[in-house]
Amino acid sequence: MSILVNKNTRVLTQGITGATGQFHTKACKDYGTQMVAGVTPGKGGSAFEGIPIFDSVERAVRETGANASVIYVPPPFAADAILESADARIPLIICITEGVPVRDMIKVKRYLVGRSSRLLGPNCPGTITPGECKIGIMPGHIHRPGTIGVVSRSGTLTYEAVDQLTRLGMGQSTCVGIGGDPVHGFEFVDVLAMFSSDPGTEAVVMIGEIGGSAEEEAAAWIKANMKKPVVGFIAGQTAPPGKRMGHAGAIISGGKGTAKEKIAAMTAAGIHMASSPATIGRSMQEAIGK
Amino acid sequence: MNIHEFQAKEILKRFGVAVPRGIVASTPAEAKAAAIELGGGVCVVKAQIHAGGRGKGGGVKVVKSADEAAEKARDMLGKNLITHQTGPAGRQVRRVLVEQGLNIEREIYLAMVLDRAQSRVSVICSSEGGVEIEEVAAKRPDKILKETIDPVIGLAPFQCRRLAYALEMPSDLTNKMVAVMQGLYRAFDECDASLAEINPLIVTKEGQVMALDAKMNFDSNAFFRQKDILALRDLYEEDPREVEASKYDLSYISLDGNIACMVNGAGLAMATMDIIKLYGGEPANFLDVGGGANKEKVAQAFKILLADPRVRGVLINIFGGIMRCDVLAQGVVEAARELNVNVPLVVRMQGTNVEIGRKILADSGLAIISAETMAEAAEKIVNAVNKT
Repeated sequence: MSILVNKNTRVLTQGITGATGQFHTKACKDYGTQMVAGVTPGKGGSAFEGIPIFDSVERAVRETGANASVIYVPPPFAADAILESADARIPLIICITEGVPVRDMIKVKRYLVGRSSRLLGPNCPGTITPGECKIGIMPGHIHRPGTIGVVSRSGTLTYEAVDQLTRLGMGQSTCVGIGGDPVHGFEFVDVLAMFSSDPGTEAVVMIGEIGGSAEEEAAAWIKANMKKPVVGFIAGQTAPPGKRMGHAGAIISGGKGTAKEKIAAMTAAGIHMASSPATIGRSMQEAIGK
Repeated sequence: MNIHEFQAKEILKRFGVAVPRGIVASTPAEAKAAAIELGGGVCVVKAQIHAGGRGKGGGVKVVKSADEAAEKARDMLGKNLITHQTGPAGRQVRRVLVEQGLNIEREIYLAMVLDRAQSRVSVICSSEGGVEIEEVAAKRPDKILKETIDPVIGLAPFQCRRLAYALEMPSDLTNKMVAVMQGLYRAFDECDASLAEINPLIVTKEGQVMALDAKMNFDSNAFFRQKDILALRDLYEEDPREVEASKYDLSYISLDGNIACMVNGAGLAMATMDIIKLYGGEPANFLDVGGGANKEKVAQAFKILLADPRVRGVLINIFGGIMRCDVLAQGVVEAARELNVNVPLVVRMQGTNVEIGRKILADSGLAIISAETMAEAAEKIVNAVNKT
């Protein structure tokens, strides 16, 4: 079992004719993901790697039955791409694009209220259910099917954690990168709730970073609801206040959003905190007694 | 991106927010002329730097004559102003804002902020104007009033009135407060700001409602459509290495330590800083070379790291997903040859094409210390730096 995506997920790529879209669409197809359609306005009727391209998401959904979309279009057009997928009632929209203005995302989230679509990202690596479906930019080969759920605000730090898990013999049910922007779709709490009710997930790794209060909210939710072990790590313990650390959302502002506060909240919620990014895998071993 | 007070006030003025009459000066003579232009009476001379706490640091002076304005401007211009936000070195004052003196009756705090938990913009205000809002939040949280803004509707007049009544504004000033709040929200929204703060917003004895100070930050992701805002960038206010890095689309932040690091991905870059500290070292910087970095970008990043004279060692930590380890290794080897690196260099690579990458490093003949894991890499660079 898994969450969000599995071998039946039918994926369409928005921005399939761009270099990034092509590179990752091919990599996901090679991994075994059912890449059923591509969308680039004006390029309808052509194809890429045998995947038919359409002018609109609506048309692509009608012709191919796609039920997930992945977005690689450039930042000025990313919000519109999300809206188009939501309008076409795609259940799961994954926006990889980095650099989407916050104002656009505020409007997108308002548009999604009351609609059936759910959004992952933007500025995220995507999601993978190892051995079944990879949507996004993560290296597939480091993952193994298994029972550990992974949820993270980071990209490469997630690969680091997954690599540690795999090397220690712990495969993953599903890995979800919720992204590093201040306004985004799925929050930690949403993904944790899915892992909590997924019979295929035995324990969860949660990787946060400085900025905002999503980790504190997740800690409160875990304390109240989570029966499965959770291992945590917070990046940015040495980050100075007031500086944006790469991710648009990774900033300590007005003394809030520090690693210290987050670690304290997560520890108090019973989360097994890894003190070093190099011991996330080992902490999980200890947490599940393997 | 931050801008200066005088720039923020110019923006606010465009959106109908009243601001004091003021003139920017970069010499004492200009300051004198500005004071005369403003009537020659009581003026305020304000140092223009991108940091708060200027008043306490001596960067805001009330003067009674144009000659005194020139004198105070001379005291400030060219000097480094130190406030609690500038760090011990302070920031050089290159311009002052000379403003008309006002009869202040009341000071209010007003700001538009991104409310991350709501995914919306909120307006925050408080009767405790002139004080840092964090201080108010800590000591008197009941004094902070908030309204969350629906992006479809914008800031509704009834929300502004609710705040004005809660602030116990006299009823004849309610409409002026509504106008200021709506103007500030429109400025925030239309300029893609990430913060717009008026602290204090003043009520004068004559019944005017004005922005006595103004601070705006902007979302750099929106610069493709905010060319006018981007033009307000002041490179003198930024760390020169950060400016250099931004030219190559590298995300670099200068820190106080002596171990430089180069990492792909922001989360892993922060975690690398953390693990250096965990092993007893001090990171010299944050540097994310990005997911799809090529050889040239790696070489540029390397140059920027080594240009920092405090650096005693370099740790490269790459988890190759999109980025291939062999490409990284080539970039490192070429840059190391060209730059004649004379500090210890530890390289830790994992992921795509890692074996080829390691072979390139090993065959290069350079004194590169290789590491398998993050922990090993941190330990090796800290030890190597301690030995030098």
